[in-house]
Amino acid sequence: MTIALLFLGVLAAVAAWWLARQGLTTKPWLETGPMDDAPVRGSMRVPAAKLGLGMFMTVAATLLVLLLSAYSIRMEMADWSPPPRPGLLWANTAVLVLASVALHRAARATRRGDREAVGSALLLGGGMSLLFLLGQLLAWRELARAGYLPANNAADAFFYLITAVHGLHLLGGLVALSRAGLRLRGAPIAKLRLSVELCAAYWHFLLVAWLLLFATLAFSPSFDWLVALCTAPFR
Amino acid sequence: MAVALILVLVAVGSVTFHLLSPWWWTPIASNWSYIDATITVTFWITGVVFVAVVLFMAYCVFRFRSRPGQRATYEPENKRLEIWLTVATALGVAAMLAPGLFVWHRFVTVPTDATDIEIVGQQWLWSYRLPGEDGKLGAVETRLISPENPLGLVPGDAAGRDDVIIQGDDLHLPIGRPVRVLLRSIDVLHDFYVPEFRAKMDMIPGAVTYFWFTPTRTGTFDVLCAELCGSGHAVMRSRVVVQSTEDYQAWLDGQRRFAQASR
Amino acid sequence: MGELAHGAGGQIPAAEVPEMELPHPHGWWSTYVFSQDAKVIGIQYALTALAIGMVALVLSWLMRLQLGFPDTFTFIDPQAYYQFITMHGMIMVVYLLTALFLGGFGNYLIPLMLGARDMVFPFVNMLSFWVYLLAVLVLVASFFVPGGPTGAGWTLYPPQAILSGTPGRDWGIVLMLLSLCLFIAGFTMGGLNYVVTVLQARTRGMTLMRMPLTVWGIFTATVMALLAFPALFVGAVMLLLDRLLGTSFFMPTLVEMGQQLRYGGGSPILFQHLFWFFGHPEVYIVALPAFGIVSDLISTHARRNIFGYRMMVWAIVIIGALSFVVWAHHMYVSGMHPWFGFFFATTTLIIAIPTAIKVYNWLLTLWRGNIHLNVPMLFALGFIVTFVNGGLTGLFLGNVVVDVPLSDTMFVVAHFHMVMGVAPVMVIFGGIYHWYPKMTGRMLDDTMGKIHFWVTFLGAYAIFFPMHYLGLLGVPRRYHTIGETSFVPASAADLNAFISVVALVVGAAQMLFLFNLLWSLRHGRESGPNPWRATTLEWQTPETPPGHGNWGKELPVVHRWAYDYAVPGAPEDFVPQNEALPPPAHVAKGEATA
Repeated sequence: MTIALLFLGVLAAVAAWWLARQGLTTKPWLETGPMDDAPVRGSMRVPAAKLGLGMFMTVAATLLVLLLSAYSIRMEMADWSPPPRPGLLWANTAVLVLASVALHRAARATRRGDREAVGSALLLGGGMSLLFLLGQLLAWRELARAGYLPANNAADAFFYLITAVHGLHLLGGLVALSRAGLRLRGAPIAKLRLSVELCAAYWHFLLVAWLLLFATLAFSPSFDWLVALCTAPFR
Repeated sequence: MAVALILVLVAVGSVTFHLLSPWWWTPIASNWSYIDATITVTFWITGVVFVAVVLFMAYCVFRFRSRPGQRATYEPENKRLEIWLTVATALGVAAMLAPGLFVWHRFVTVPTDATDIEIVGQQWLWSYRLPGEDGKLGAVETRLISPENPLGLVPGDAAGRDDVIIQGDDLHLPIGRPVRVLLRSIDVLHDFYVPEFRAKMDMIPGAVTYFWFTPTRTGTFDVLCAELCGSGHAVMRSRVVVQSTEDYQAWLDGQRRFAQASR
Repeated sequence: MGELAHGAGGQIPAAEVPEMELPHPHGWWSTYVFSQDAKVIGIQYALTALAIGMVALVLSWLMRLQLGFPDTFTFIDPQAYYQFITMHGMIMVVYLLTALFLGGFGNYLIPLMLGARDMVFPFVNMLSFWVYLLAVLVLVASFFVPGGPTGAGWTLYPPQAILSGTPGRDWGIVLMLLSLCLFIAGFTMGGLNYVVTVLQARTRGMTLMRMPLTVWGIFTATVMALLAFPALFVGAVMLLLDRLLGTSFFMPTLVEMGQQLRYGGGSPILFQHLFWFFGHPEVYIVALPAFGIVSDLISTHARRNIFGYRMMVWAIVIIGALSFVVWAHHMYVSGMHPWFGFFFATTTLIIAIPTAIKVYNWLLTLWRGNIHLNVPMLFALGFIVTFVNGGLTGLFLGNVVVDVPLSDTMFVVAHFHMVMGVAPVMVIFGGIYHWYPKMTGRMLDDTMGKIHFWVTFLGAYAIFFPMHYLGLLGVPRRYHTIGETSFVPASAADLNAFISVVALVVGAAQMLFLFNLLWSLRHGRESGPNPWRATTLEWQTPETPPGHGNWGKELPVVHRWAYDYAVPGAPEDFVPQNEALPPPAHVAKGEATA
């Protein structure tokens, strides 16, 4: 749980920083009028949808961090034996990077108003994402064929669980992506731009999350001192 | 008016109930009278706060109830009063926490001369294991549990050969000698609970937990399970018999050893 | 004034507020059923929560019948009893209290109190309710599957929860875990809405420090819930896999009824950490909205500004933050590392300080007030008594060494029922009596309300106050009958019977409340727009009940904080938040007293 606490600590620091700029020490009963004289700091004009996505990504990150916390505690138990890491995961990682880059380009294309470029970039991003999911399924099959099934060892089970949770988030993103694709023709460019930017941000988040998860799944035994430090009190 | 009166009655009634209640903690039979003392301190502090709060509320309801022409006083805050109250609260909290942590330190510090005994929970039965003459408990392994070896002792371990295993019978303990109770479960969570000893701890399958105490009173005490363990939870009972050292020794000599039992 | 544009967190002059694109309903279905209007969604949430709450109430009657009169009702065997306590606990904590405070009050009040037209994502908001309803239906379905609902206790501790010694092991536990996952998904949709609405959709002039404490409480609780529920989600999914696929996340090597199982190596404590990492913040997720609402009730009905508003806001935020570092006080006797006791006992007792400040400020709001003993105010007073009582017994259980003898006894049951059962329910009732006129345009009947209050308050107190003493005596919780012991005197059975009788009466009083809700819909006195003469924005809507879009043509502009009651020099004893008057006289006065 140390990882989860550290993560929450970071969130708390961000929240405290934000709250500190909201005039929480003012005496509201002394001020009247429509806030002209109210202490107004840190204007934050973000579209609601962006803020909402940011919040959602925070919640999703909390979920993944808690999974990692559980992983680090469980790996301290005596029976832990991690499965081999399928080489395919490297290829999948590369594919996900490509998807992320494609969406980044799509977002830039919306800024230029180039609907055609947006369309092809979205298609590429979506295609790469599907390819990534397919690759993850193949990695599952490879492991299962070699006899690493969820019921055998918790390490195997964690591999399936963590990749599945990540994959489901990507799948949800694909729904949003296809909605953005539908807006390609008719919708005003500002609306299209917002949808595409949101997708791009979400894909970058999923890429970073995957890199962290992949590093944990593949290399965590090599940082056992770190794991020991994180889990010592909770055993 | 009636509201204020009822609030006063709630406060007075609660205190009266506390003083006259025939339901109070069982006479203690272990060294943990410190815990009882901490509870008493906590009762005093919280009791005073509760009565003060409710009576003050009753006073406000009576004194400041709405009457024609009355208007409330406009007063957004009063920093001094708030700081003063905060400090008083912090002191009250510290007065409860400090003895609590002090006693907890004792609770988790096992004396070096404590005898190890083991209590094993399973659905819905208590088993006990006492060390033999060597004073050591033998190694165990859950995988080895079978009808012949209900606690899963490792057969080759010399320390376990003279262990005394008691299943479906009372646990006996000598008075005045500290014991460290090692707790183990072979299926679900249980909790070895003797109200008179005050101390208790969950038993977790796959791990060994512990607590320690010194029996200070001879007698027979009920053992209950205090952690929900399935539909037989309420009937998972046993007894502890605390005896003088001589009686205890006589009882212990009559028990069979693991090596004899498994032969 | 129109040109100021640099709003903190989304204050923009009304002229610049981009009018929200509200989805306009067409016909009956999209107005009342698949509605995207937060007010309708809030009422849907509240009615669903009250309905499932009735199930929990009936379960509590059955439990009390068994405890008060053991061996009388043969259909209540141990298995059934455990199913009752499990479902009662889970329904009350998650499906009633959380859903009603955040989904019910949150949806109804946040946009109205902030001067918004609706939540920022109305469609997601609608989806949130329907997923919640699905979660409730899945939960209810578990009563009808073979083996019945799970009897694992609301904490669902493995290994017991998924082994055959526990009722509902085949289907009940699976449906319970699925239902929880659905609930969390649905809540997350709603929760994102509430948070973003508070951050972005406040009307002009509504700075954070002008928000009513109700919004502060709901807002903070929602942020906490968004961060805490994932822990339950992770735990539930892993437990589900242990049950269905035979994984060993939480399941160690174990021998069940003489049979070696295939599980091995798992950690039951890991589940407890995940569960309570959610479970303790959950207590405050329920408590903070209650704190907020009760502050507004007291201030309005005592006709006095809430005392120490700033402290109240800070306390809410501090309690919210601290509540994430106290979870292991539920695990003092779980066998975790004993040194943890020092840390968690200290954090737990520290959290008592901001909580106590809130209590003082409620009392100081009453002091020198002009107290109208309306039904909402009565419930607020009842809340203070029960909350203080339950909070103080929390100081016993939070102080690690005192918890050792008292944990898992009826003392714990009495404590948490008082502090997070009775106290928040008092606020829910108070809130319903307070805002019912806004929702329907009619007042709830006063006499019925007073009877309901006195029976509920005194009855609940008579149930749970003596129960502490059973725990002190050593009676364990989760026993369908104490049976033969040497330490429980026969008189304890009389006390149990007394508690049960009172519980039946209190339960019956809730029927009067439900009747009042229905009866007043037709026959209640017309309330007008602002029957309590309150300052906050929801009472200043052009229509009552508020129409679609809440505010007619123009959004309100906020000129003052939410607590201008009895302002010296003002013509009335309250000044609504959107009123520009009175003259600066009160400002000078305010400075003098501050």
